[in-house]
Amino acid sequence: MIMNNLILMPVIWPLLTGIILIFFGKKVGIQKVLSLFSSIIGVIIAATVVYRVYHDGMITLAVGSWKAPFGIIIAADMLAALLVLTTTVIGAAILLYSFTGVGKDREHYYYYSIFQFLLVGVNGAFLTGDLFNLFVFFEVMLMASYVLLVLGGTKIQLRETLKYIIVNVLSSALFVISVAYLYSIVGTLNMAQLSERIAEVNQPGIVSVIALSFLVVFGLKAAIFPLFFWLPGAYYAPPIPVIALFGALLTKVGVYSIFRTYTLIFYHDQFFTHTFLGALSLLTIIAGVIGAVAYWDVKKIIIYNIVIAVGVITYGISLMNDQAIAGSIFYLIHDMLIKAALFLLVGVMMKITGTSDLRKMGGLIKQYPYLAWTFFIAAISLAGIPPFSGFAGKLLILQGAVSAESYVGLAVILLSSLMVLYSVMRIFIYGFWGKPAVTKEQPVKQSVEKLLAPAILLVTITIFYGVGTETVYSYISQAVETILDPDIYINTVLGGE
Amino acid sequence: MEVLMAIVIGILFMCATYLMLSKSILRIIVGTGLLSHGAHLLILTMGGLKQGAVPILSDAAGVYVDPLPQALILTAIVISFGVTAFLLVLAYRAYQELGTDNMERLKGTDNHE
Repeated sequence: MIMNNLILMPVIWPLLTGIILIFFGKKVGIQKVLSLFSSIIGVIIAATVVYRVYHDGMITLAVGSWKAPFGIIIAADMLAALLVLTTTVIGAAILLYSFTGVGKDREHYYYYSIFQFLLVGVNGAFLTGDLFNLFVFFEVMLMASYVLLVLGGTKIQLRETLKYIIVNVLSSALFVISVAYLYSIVGTLNMAQLSERIAEVNQPGIVSVIALSFLVVFGLKAAIFPLFFWLPGAYYAPPIPVIALFGALLTKVGVYSIFRTYTLIFYHDQFFTHTFLGALSLLTIIAGVIGAVAYWDVKKIIIYNIVIAVGVITYGISLMNDQAIAGSIFYLIHDMLIKAALFLLVGVMMKITGTSDLRKMGGLIKQYPYLAWTFFIAAISLAGIPPFSGFAGKLLILQGAVSAESYVGLAVILLSSLMVLYSVMRIFIYGFWGKPAVTKEQPVKQSVEKLLAPAILLVTITIFYGVGTETVYSYISQAVETILDPDIYINTVLGGE
Repeated sequence: MEVLMAIVIGILFMCATYLMLSKSILRIIVGTGLLSHGAHLLILTMGGLKQGAVPILSDAAGVYVDPLPQALILTAIVISFGVTAFLLVLAYRAYQELGTDNMERLKGTDNHE
């Protein structure tokens, strides 16, 4: 029983930390020490959860001992456990960056508290086994993200937060509406029982319609093709650690929800729903590529790379064969780590040069070789060059596309990798090579070690993730097993009735 | 009864969509209010509007109305209340700082800051 309570700890622990941090509002030193300590414990907890799930199979916890369909179920399968571990690691790295990167005026106004609440929402969304509970954790996450987005109150933040909130209020209302429709048809909110009942009625047309309305809801969070319009503006506004947190975690929660609903609940009429998802994913990739190639702004380039990655992952989901699903999971975790790392690196570049315009940068490699080579490794990892982490995921997705005979998807993903490489190499070439840009003050070498350390940490993790594919794969294949056989999930949650 | 509710909820969604597409921030916020009203009424309707006692356990009643949608609505109401309060304060701050309530003028393409 204690072991089962463990899987709730990734939610409880940051929640507790966030609450305690509220009492130290103005004492930034105490806040930093406490939240760093909490993050380290959080990583240990998450690693323990992964270890337990790896050895014991999927773990569930009935909150308040109310049996499965009636109470709220916390369910940790391998996918959820791995994503929780990734989240806490990224959270810890970005927290380290925040210590020097976020500035006093934000730290004095509960920045670290809200940071923890965001982690509560994200971890909760990964672990829950109940659709309405997922909605609540979405709101926890979104509310924290609204505050983090606007904290500091500059003009651009106020402007973009207004748009971001309005879009998310709309998508939350759509979420509630979709839940209401689904409840009226199957009469339950527990994901396992939902899946079981939809299997019994064999997904009639109305359920496919609801599946698409969930796709709209989660697509708005995850920024898939026609619904990504809010993302470039909203992610441009906040300071770098907040963008890194958003870019690494928020859209991925939407992707995870698509993952969960389209593999556990709505998987019976795949020709309709999954073909639709596949087409949207490819359009997402194309839209992202256009954005990533078009801009001269380092932040914008990485932001559009988020959109591309979301498209690649959801394309893998839409194929529904074991290679593609394994590839999607592999790529999802890789992308969370590498996007956080890239935003932090871009943040260091902006700190040095004082601008995000690529045309005003240049020659950074002479004074900052570590930054340059870390960025280089991150860039080629993002594009998927073999020894690094982006390779295995994309390879598996491509294999999945071949075995599903979807050659259009194959071509789009391969070409998109090339354009991704072009977009980030452009940052490398214009930012790091060439002559140092002419600045008004003397080009004094700034000390950026403290900002660079967390980025190097993340890139090192991705290197191990890429090189140690064999080790990682045994975890991921366990996740794939649960994903492709919903009966494992259903039987574990409902107690094998 | 459900048909009538469905029509009313449809009208609420229609008004909400119309208001959210307008230029003034306050009209958009009124739109989000109507949207959440519609969503909450929809949960109630979709849970079924059959006759029954209030969901408080007593000896007299044989049939109760479904208590689950009511709990869901209660949760959704406080969440949308919190978000709306935040949105209103944000709109107030944005009006103070940016000096406009016209969404058309909040584009910010001229300066990247």
